[in-house]
Amino acid sequence: MADKELVAVLGLMRAIGHVLNNWLQRLGFAARFFAMVLLYSGQSFRRLHLTIREIYFSGFQSLLIIVVSGLFIGMVLGMQGYETLQRYGSADALGVLVALSLTRELGPVVAALLFASRAGSSITAEIGLMKATEQLTAMDMMAVNPIARVVAPKFWGGVISMPLLAALFSAVGVFGGYLVGVVLIGVDEGAFWSQMQGSVDFRYDVWNGVIKSFVFGVAVSLIAVFEGYDAVPTAEGVSASIKRTVVYSALAILALDFVLTSFMFRGL
Amino acid sequence: MSRKLLDLWVGFFVVVGFTALLFLALRVANLSGESFAETYTLSAKFDNIGGLKVRGPVKSSGVVVGRVSEISFDAQAYEAVVKLTIDGRYQFPKDTFASILTSGILGEQYIGLDAGGDERMLKSGDVVAKTQSAVVLEKLIGQFMFNKASETPGEK
Repeated sequence: MADKELVAVLGLMRAIGHVLNNWLQRLGFAARFFAMVLLYSGQSFRRLHLTIREIYFSGFQSLLIIVVSGLFIGMVLGMQGYETLQRYGSADALGVLVALSLTRELGPVVAALLFASRAGSSITAEIGLMKATEQLTAMDMMAVNPIARVVAPKFWGGVISMPLLAALFSAVGVFGGYLVGVVLIGVDEGAFWSQMQGSVDFRYDVWNGVIKSFVFGVAVSLIAVFEGYDAVPTAEGVSASIKRTVVYSALAILALDFVLTSFMFRGL
Repeated sequence: MSRKLLDLWVGFFVVVGFTALLFLALRVANLSGESFAETYTLSAKFDNIGGLKVRGPVKSSGVVVGRVSEISFDAQAYEAVVKLTIDGRYQFPKDTFASILTSGILGEQYIGLDAGGDERMLKSGDVVAKTQSAVVLEKLIGQFMFNKASETPGEK
C-alpha cells in the first residue's frame, strides 16, 4: 500500500520535473534564438526589400482590421463614456475619457492583440510550413542562413509595423468617439476637443503608449517567429505552434502591459 | 507582386501610421498650443498648496497665462516653493497677488494671478510676494462645525 503511494508520488514528481525541464529548455532556446535574430538582423536592413515585404504582409494587410476595430471601440467608448459621465453632469469630459483610454491602454493593447492573431499567427504558419517542407534546411545547405534570410526580416517587419498600427488604432478610435459623442449625441464640440487637449500630454500619455506598443511589437514578433522556427515539422505540429503563438502573445501582452503601466503611470 | 507596387503600399502604410501619430500629437495632445513661444519664470511661496500639481494651469482673469513647472519644499521656512512658467506676452506688476484656487467644487486646483497697481513689472526669477494658500476643505468644514457648536441655542 505504502509502496504504491510512493510510486504514485514519484511518478507525479517525475512528470512535473519533465514539464518544468522542457519548459526551461524552451525558454533557454528562445533566449538564444532572440540573440541570434538580433545578431543576424544586419542583413534585414542591408537588404531592405526583405523587411519591406514583411511590413507589407504584417503591417499593411492589418490596416483594415485595425481601422475597423479602432473605429468601433472608439464609438463604444463614446457611448458608454457619455452614459456614465452624464450621470455626474460632466459629459464635457467625454473627449478626455476617450482619448486617455485609447492612447494609454486600449490603443496599444487591443492593436497588439489583433496584430498577434492577424499577423503573428500567419508568420508562425509561414515559418512552420517552411520548416515542415524542409525549405529552411535547404537554405542551410545552400549556405543561406535561414535566420538572416527569413526570420530576422519577419521579426523587424513586425516590430516596425506595431507602433504605427497602434497609433492608427488610437487616432481612429478618437475619431469614432467624436462621431458618437459630438455628431450623434451632441456633446459640445469645443468642449470635447479643448478638454481633451487640456488633459492629454504628448510625452506622458501619447509617447508612453508608443513605447508600450513598441514593446508589444517586440514580444509578439519574437513569439511568432520563435514558435514557427521551433514548430514540430508536421501538420499537427504547425497547428499547435500557431495556437501557442496566439495564446502566448495574448498572455505576454497583458502581463507586459501591467508591468509597463505600473512603471509609467504611477500618478506622479 | 512587383517590388515597386510593394514599396508603394508599404510607403502608404508608413505615411498613414505617421499621420495618425501626428494627429495624436497635434489634435489630441495639442503639442503645438501647449508650449508658449517665449516664457519667463516666477516663483511663489505658499504655506499650503493643497492638491496643486506640476503642469497645473496658471490663470489670470480665467485665461491660462502659464503653467506650474516645479513644486518643491523649502526646509528652512517650511513653505512650499512653486515655480511658474509664464507666457512672455503677459507682464504682471510687482504687487501681483497669487492665490491657489479650485475650479468648481471638486475640480483641479490652479494658481490665480490678480494684477496689482504697481508700475514696475515682475521680471524672470522674481518672487511673487503676496500669496494666499489653498483652502483646505476639511479645515473649512471643521471651523464651520466648531462655530456652530459654540453658538448657544438661546441666541437664535
